[in-house]
Amino acid sequence: MKYLLMICGDESAEEYADAGCGGWTEEMTERGVIAGGAGLRPPREATTVRVRDEELRITDGPFAETKEQIGGFVLIDCGDLDEAIEIAAKHPAAGYGTIEIRPVLEFPPT
Amino acid sequence: MTFEEVYRQEWGQVVATLIRLTGDWELAEECAQEAFAAALERWPRDGVPRKPGAWLTTTARNRAIDWLRREAVGAAKLKEVAAMSDEPEPAYDVPDDRLRLMFTCCHPALAMEARVALTLRTLAGLSTAEIARAFLVPEATMSKRLTRAKQKIQYAGIPYRVPPAHLLPERTPAVLAVLYLLFNEGYSDVVRSNLSGEAIRLARLLVQLMPDEPEACGLLALMLLHDARRDTRLSADGVLVTLDEQDRTRWDHVQITEGVELLEATLARGAPGPYQVQAAIAACHATARTAADTDWPQIAALYGQLKQTPVIALNRAVAIGMADGPAVGLRLLEQLAAGPLTGYHLLPATRADFLRRLGRYSEAATAYREARELASTEAERRYLTRRLQEVSQ
Repeated sequence: MKYLLMICGDESAEEYADAGCGGWTEEMTERGVIAGGAGLRPPREATTVRVRDEELRITDGPFAETKEQIGGFVLIDCGDLDEAIEIAAKHPAAGYGTIEIRPVLEFPPT
Repeated sequence: MTFEEVYRQEWGQVVATLIRLTGDWELAEECAQEAFAAALERWPRDGVPRKPGAWLTTTARNRAIDWLRREAVGAAKLKEVAAMSDEPEPAYDVPDDRLRLMFTCCHPALAMEARVALTLRTLAGLSTAEIARAFLVPEATMSKRLTRAKQKIQYAGIPYRVPPAHLLPERTPAVLAVLYLLFNEGYSDVVRSNLSGEAIRLARLLVQLMPDEPEACGLLALMLLHDARRDTRLSADGVLVTLDEQDRTRWDHVQITEGVELLEATLARGAPGPYQVQAAIAACHATARTAADTDWPQIAALYGQLKQTPVIALNRAVAIGMADGPAVGLRLLEQLAAGPLTGYHLLPATRADFLRRLGRYSEAATAYREARELASTEAERRYLTRRLQEVSQ
């Protein structure tokens, strides 16, 4: 199953931006569960796009005014949610921020 | 055995086996439903089969095979169907199936309310309407909640299994917490009392399936010991009867003996945990011949072993007050007063009782009034009113 790990933190998490992942990426790459991912620029550099009634609305900043924002994401491919939890828990960001695990929409083979 | 008893006993097993065979929760429940309907029709005519559970599982499995054939779902699924048809005896006595189901229903990735509802539906076989009634929500709401939980299990990839050994210490408390929550829902409310029975039944099953889990035994003992006093907690006219005034001859002494023996065997294994400690406290109360015989110093010491949440601290203060006198208890309560217990009716109620014991009636009356304002049930309000009248005379 494919899961998106959304790595979130509040502003203080920025100090970890260049910290790397302490060997997590290497370990998970070797294990063959990484299917993509990247770190992100901070939320203040985000642009939000919505189309309502055929009208394009562009706003500055992230859509949700929550304290924690996505700072990076990793796409993983693993057996089940328990394995995804285990992988996410090993990520250093789990220690200072939060990691949201979202299953990727998968369509049945036709 | 009545049909109702067979249903309660076998439902979880049939559903669990069908989920394992088909991997489809909705289908599993539907086929189980149909199997029980078929039993209701045939057993009165043909007699109850020697192994009712196996009969029900076979019937449900055949329904599933029929359904999958009709749907003709892909080669892979058909192959599984064939394998299912080849199984001479249904794998009925795989004890793991129900345990697996229990852990899946109580997976920490599900919301607590979903865990409870799902456990009641799939393991205890309560209908959606019954669960909705128990939790005072409309049936449609409960139905949606159950559907969402099952969808999350499917789409989020929550595994249908007993977690591996290294995850057990982390996951077992979730299962125990769900069962204890179920029990308490039923214990504090006459209307939902059947939930306590279901919780005890499921805990018995858990103990049978995980005999090496001391805290499961501790929880079962705790629930048996509390439940033994159920019938004496309210008077005929609906007034709360506190422990010291309950008619001890009406306690269920068979259940108390079972709870105590279970607890002693469990404690002997030397792996105490909070459920075992709470059961030990309940055992102190349950085995005291009279209220005056209660071993309060022992109870106070046991409360000291538990994690000191505000409510535990309050209970500990009560026990110390009972052991060392109301003046000591009152001093301990003062330290708790300004904390997170503000608004909790048992804090002023306890203070009132200590003040009453000290003969400080007018202060006691004020505290009883405060407690009555905060009390959440009618039975408690009536009890507090009675006490208030006593100290006001």
